[in-house]
Amino acid sequence: MFDRLFRFFSSLRLTVVLLAFGIVLVFVGTVAQADEGLYNAQSRYFKHWFVQGITMFGHHIPIGLPGGYLIGTLLLINLVVAHIKRFQLTTKKIGIQLTHAGVILLLVGQLTTDLFSRETQIRFSEGETRSYAESGMNYELAFITDADADTEEVVAIPARLLVKGAELKHEKLPFAVHVKHYWLNSDPSFRAPMMQNEPPVTTNGLARSFDFRPAAETKSMESKNVPTALIEIAAPGASLGTWVVSGWAGDDLMVEALRESFISRQKMGEEMAASIIGRLTEPQMVEVGGKQFAFVLRPARVYEPYSLTLLKATHSVYRGTDIPKDFRSRVRLENHRTGENREVEIFMNSPLRYGGQTFYQYQMVAGELARRAGQAPSSILQVVRNPSWLTPYAGCIMVAAGLVTQFMIHLVGFVSRRKTA
Amino acid sequence: MKKRLPLILTGLMAAWFLCTLRAPKEKDFAYAEFGSLPIVFNGRVQPIDSLARNSLLQLREKQTANLEPWKGWNEKPKIIPAIEWLANVMMKPDAADEWPVFRVDNPELIALLKLPEKDKQNRQDGKHYSWNQIQPSLEAMDRESKRIGSREQRKEADPSQRTPYENAVMKMHERLVLYIRLKNALQPQDAGDWAQELGEFESAIPAGVAAVRAQQAGQKYDEAAFGKFVGFVRRFDVMTRFEPSLLVPPRHPEISRDDWMRVGDALIGAASGETIPPSVRYYAAMASAFREGKADDFNQKVAEYRASLAPSFARELAKAGRERFFNRMQPFYNAMVVYVLAGILAGASWFALSDLLRRSAVWLIGLALVIHTCGLVMRMVLEGRPPVTNLYSSAIFIGWGACVLGLVLERFYKDGIGAVVSSGVGFITLIIAHHLALGGDTMEMMRAVLDTNFWLATHVVVVTLGYASTFVAGALALIYIVRGVFTRTLDAARGKSLARMVYGIVCFATLFSFVGTVLGGIWADQSWGRFWGWDPKENGALIIVLWNALILHLRWGGIIRERGLINCAIVGNIVTSWSWFGVNMLEIGLHSYGFTQAAFKWLIGFVVSQLFIIALGLLPRHLWVSFRDKAVAPAALGAKGKPAPAS
Repeated sequence: MFDRLFRFFSSLRLTVVLLAFGIVLVFVGTVAQADEGLYNAQSRYFKHWFVQGITMFGHHIPIGLPGGYLIGTLLLINLVVAHIKRFQLTTKKIGIQLTHAGVILLLVGQLTTDLFSRETQIRFSEGETRSYAESGMNYELAFITDADADTEEVVAIPARLLVKGAELKHEKLPFAVHVKHYWLNSDPSFRAPMMQNEPPVTTNGLARSFDFRPAAETKSMESKNVPTALIEIAAPGASLGTWVVSGWAGDDLMVEALRESFISRQKMGEEMAASIIGRLTEPQMVEVGGKQFAFVLRPARVYEPYSLTLLKATHSVYRGTDIPKDFRSRVRLENHRTGENREVEIFMNSPLRYGGQTFYQYQMVAGELARRAGQAPSSILQVVRNPSWLTPYAGCIMVAAGLVTQFMIHLVGFVSRRKTA
Repeated sequence: MKKRLPLILTGLMAAWFLCTLRAPKEKDFAYAEFGSLPIVFNGRVQPIDSLARNSLLQLREKQTANLEPWKGWNEKPKIIPAIEWLANVMMKPDAADEWPVFRVDNPELIALLKLPEKDKQNRQDGKHYSWNQIQPSLEAMDRESKRIGSREQRKEADPSQRTPYENAVMKMHERLVLYIRLKNALQPQDAGDWAQELGEFESAIPAGVAAVRAQQAGQKYDEAAFGKFVGFVRRFDVMTRFEPSLLVPPRHPEISRDDWMRVGDALIGAASGETIPPSVRYYAAMASAFREGKADDFNQKVAEYRASLAPSFARELAKAGRERFFNRMQPFYNAMVVYVLAGILAGASWFALSDLLRRSAVWLIGLALVIHTCGLVMRMVLEGRPPVTNLYSSAIFIGWGACVLGLVLERFYKDGIGAVVSSGVGFITLIIAHHLALGGDTMEMMRAVLDTNFWLATHVVVVTLGYASTFVAGALALIYIVRGVFTRTLDAARGKSLARMVYGIVCFATLFSFVGTVLGGIWADQSWGRFWGWDPKENGALIIVLWNALILHLRWGGIIRERGLINCAIVGNIVTSWSWFGVNMLEIGLHSYGFTQAAFKWLIGFVVSQLFIIALGLLPRHLWVSFRDKAVAPAALGAKGKPAPAS
């Protein structure tokens, strides 16, 4: 039995079948991106074990396919087993061995990247300092209270724990949080005076000026899910009230998007829009035992022991065109633990690698663009933690060296045979 | 004598090529000199000649202006060089507005613009129209382009789903904007004697400025001076609003060589106290002389302007001069001509058993490759970049790589097959490049993320070589099937050697496409923070790698033999063309650059043709002309590496 399994997993035919399925999957998964969106297609085709039903050029075809994980894993097993079975240290085979070892390294590297890498972002305007990065997708419900004069204490509850009916407690919080509703995606609307038929869901804070309705979950790359929750905060023995918390109020990006839509779509004046936005972002608080707790549903944060300050954001275009020539952020890096205090430049194709993370220049509103929008120049850095970022480098070198060796052996043999012939 | 024929033929073609390099004598106006003046357009320094050629390409898909398109080629229509046309647009628009340089193909657009049908008597070809013919319908044109544009801006419609009519409208809109830009580059489009008007403006400045100041302070002011001055400034403002090319060199080249200006901006600057740059005066003098047909005056002003640039702008002058030389050389077009000739000779050599044809073909391919390489290197020098920077240059480089590979094969096998591959792939890729160049400037500046010579020189070059070698393997396989099915020239030995070539090239292709693809991943890791993002272009390259790896494993496992290998290599053509062009057509992802709708039809046609040939390749052996009459055991063709058993 084991023998047969061993033979099956080491067979060249399995390799061939897997490669063929791989080609089909990559092709189908690429074409599907046009219909299903980049992000959704990637996760459905490449980051799953099975694919159920495919989309080609706008048509849904109800067939199944092995997914990227399945093909990748089987290929990895196949490679490793075949490697064990056929491994011989002869000069004739050394190229092939090296090539396959390199491919194994690449596959393992991608697997660990998938499992352990984390992407966050830092967004700041010139002069601002950040000691944390924010998730682009995930939210958290944060309770913030003053620990002492200049330190805040934050208890953050990941949004995935906010399910309807949940009761959440934390030792640092003198109250419990009951989740009455949680919508993964939502739309806001302003409660204009004398326009509303229904009473607000609760008479506290945000809910007095804004209504939220659930929206369909989005899977595209261009839009994101903005959650809203209805929570009740209850101290032992007494309810402290019910509040609405929403990503629309706690996520600066969504607040700005809303402000812009007020001006461009609803034709509001700047001042009017600013005053409505003011109500949206007004802090919500509870007081328990003489302590104030502000709470907000905001993009999940990852705090770092160092900070970055944006000194200058530069966005230049080629003279007389709109073609971007250069994006760069000049940043001050401060780390009290190591005593570092230095300036660094982060620009396209030249990221900063620091503290096990890599900081890439991502987006930017600066130069002419910022001037037109009437905003301070600002920059967004993509922050990636990927422990296996070096594997592609090593894998590429191994495969290249292996293939070159193997083909050179062939070529030399071929040329000398022709010479003697 | 007979032995020397290849050399003589190659010498003749080389002489023909060198002749095309010589500048034609100019009778009156020194257009060549005018054309090599440096300007900034598309974000880069270029000669006016490039602006002229690229503009004509966009307007009418040719680098020359045919002023009498209703005449057949045998009736000698009047055709003028691009620079002569542009000189008129810039300096004598009344004449240029009469010339039929706008190509319109879409009948609905022709109806919208109320343009005349083909009518030789009235000098109409039904395709090319002048500004003056289109101008009365500009309002309708404007309404339509605004309607389509604003719907797309509001996301109610998608540019990829435009009807042919809508596409034609938007294209025409771009062409008209381009034309207006050109008319406003050197002088206001409504200028009369521009040098004289410039003088009037200059003398109106002091009184005008005083009047404006007084008016703003609420005091009494000279209304006539005010009106005249403001009138000028308004005209200049309109000029710059069309965003024409930048003709005025920087005032302080020692501080920044980048600060080129538009003539309109320089004049508005003059209105607020700056001096009028000398270049504006020189151009104005040229315009007035040109307008009045005074060739000597014009030529003298051009020479004076060049001399005035020489001390501070030697680099720009030299660059513009080199690029104008490159434009005239047309290396890729000329190489294409030689490839065709070589291909015909090489193909004929298969049937005529003399080696003379084959050797002639090889020599000619050598010449074509020299021209091709010259062009490639000159482009690299002009751009200061590695060879591949966009889709256009990838076509040129694929052709170059394939040609070199084919010559190497020919060197080993000496059977005319490598020569046909060289000339065939060289010719086809240059044709593709020629069509990709219709979009205009092919030396555009690189966006920030692509602005790295290191990765362009490694990832892009290696992955493009991967494309080239996959295409070479595919071309060899096509030869195998076409020769085997339709001719008697494929015997067992030749079949075997072809299959061996295909195998060797597939090995090569695997190496290049794999390394190129992984290097691309590493680049992505450097610029976006992820090694692999399943982006369409990345996936396309991955499919090539997987396909080549699949072929090798199939072959090693003995699952396919000679004919299977050949058919698989043709599938390689499909896979590569998909990665090269197909993924761009999905219009998604990070690599979506440079692509025309028309290419889609060609891609489909290519894929169908390859499938057809694979079907031929699957025909049973007795239907192959090469094997029909020979009593060979059926297994012989497929037997792995063994000679066919004698029967």
